[in-house]
Amino acid sequence: MSGLLHWVATHGEIIGRTVREHLVLSGVALAVALALALPMGVALVRHPRAAAIAVGGVNTLRTIPSLALLVIMLPVLGTGFLPSVVALTLYGLPAILLNTLVGLREVDADVIDAARGQGLSERQITTDITIPLALPVILAGIRTSAVQIVSAATLAVFIGGGGLGELISSGLGLLDIAQLVTGALLVALLAVATELVFGAIQFGLARRYGIAS
Amino acid sequence: MIRLERVSKTFPGTALPSVDAVDLEVPDGTTCVLIGPSGCGKTTTLRMINRLIEPSAGRVIVEGEDVTRADPVQLRRRIGYVIQGIGLFPHLSVGDNVATVPRLLGWPKAKVASRIDEMLSLVGLDPATFAGRKPGSLSGGQRQRVGVARALAADPPVMLMDEPFGAVDPVVRARLQREFGEILRRLGKTVIMVTHDIDEAIRMGDRVAIMRGGRIVQYDEPSRLLGRPADAFVADFVGADRGLKRLTLEPAAAFAVPGVAPPGVPALPADASLQEALSLMLASGADAVAVAGRDGRPAGLVTLARIREVAAAQAEGGAASAA
Repeated sequence: MSGLLHWVATHGEIIGRTVREHLVLSGVALAVALALALPMGVALVRHPRAAAIAVGGVNTLRTIPSLALLVIMLPVLGTGFLPSVVALTLYGLPAILLNTLVGLREVDADVIDAARGQGLSERQITTDITIPLALPVILAGIRTSAVQIVSAATLAVFIGGGGLGELISSGLGLLDIAQLVTGALLVALLAVATELVFGAIQFGLARRYGIAS
Repeated sequence: MIRLERVSKTFPGTALPSVDAVDLEVPDGTTCVLIGPSGCGKTTTLRMINRLIEPSAGRVIVEGEDVTRADPVQLRRRIGYVIQGIGLFPHLSVGDNVATVPRLLGWPKAKVASRIDEMLSLVGLDPATFAGRKPGSLSGGQRQRVGVARALAADPPVMLMDEPFGAVDPVVRARLQREFGEILRRLGKTVIMVTHDIDEAIRMGDRVAIMRGGRIVQYDEPSRLLGRPADAFVADFVGADRGLKRLTLEPAAAFAVPGVAPPGVPALPADASLQEALSLMLASGADAVAVAGRDGRPAGLVTLARIREVAAAQAEGGAASAA
């Protein structure tokens, strides 16, 4: 325990850098996954056949282990930040897309019929009715995706993406238990913190809209 | 006025039309009820009027305008729409639900706010209590009141109602039928309502259109529908008790004569029908019952003999005349 504290106290710089890398990597991957999956979900919900194909596709994507997904990037995009972000984006995309589709589909058909019948345009139905009502389910997907990405980002070190995986892998290589455990604890801490933050956002929005999540 | 001219709808992938060259005219300020067995095309007909379903052929004219040429979104803001499932927006307050169309039309804030209060009061909900609530906390009957308030908010001349009382229990249904009927009549709305309940059709409709296989079999006043069914299908549909049903169309008070009520038999309320008078006579064994006046005091007696006269006159197809 004292060894651990000593290691942390004397390696502030590398801890700071790897945490920062980990957060940037995860944040960028989550942002790209959101930017892709949300519009895709909104567009696909109107096209059941295309949606079925997309769901099949992302379900296949989901079965690929995170490490495999990262390593597959090697021959295509080489090493470093970009291939890591691409792999993590692909890894986080399914949860957001599937929940967006499910959330939008589950909106009561009578509510949509009434909205259309009152004279809301298709765009207004999407922005004012279906998205707010699907929000709790969509947020649950984002929360799952964020935690998945933060956890999987640990493996980015294998293709030179940096992050907290660096502490774990070099700790393993050097048999430096203090470094290894520090890395592992920080990853765990980050994943739990992500879960809590997104859970709080989900709860807050559900309360604001007065609907159960 | 609403007029349908040879309106048809054939859905893709089906051989037979769901609605087959329907002609229908609903004069201003009257209520037309579409009724028929499921799959007869009544809801499809209704939904073609605000173009939630596009007609395959024919013209729909609302307030003099051919709506098949109008922008559907703008059109729907001028037509009130109430459905069985109500479809209140669960994430918005009752007040915001009612404000839907006025806001779409860009009414100023103050006007929208006063309109919310006005509409909620109209449908019997206290604005101070209900405007801020979410639909989830309301009873079924209260929700449908909000549904009607929302549909009336921008004062559309025309209302479309698809089984508006289907989601509430029978006691609440009877009260809502009476209240909404009165509101719609008072506001002079032209209403087309879909139902599968013949009693509701008779109670609510100035005229009733019975549909079968996408066509209107008979379009008539309730009394004529009951008295002169066009064919065996209509006779069967209105029911073997159509003689009794016709008595529901006649207010008992209109046939009251002066006299002393038989002891031990309660008086009928002022808005009771001849059917209720007959029912009370059968239950009590009396051959005359008292009817209360508007002031609550007995207005007179309805006799069994008078009811038989009315029924006989109805059976001859003539309009019953009050004493």
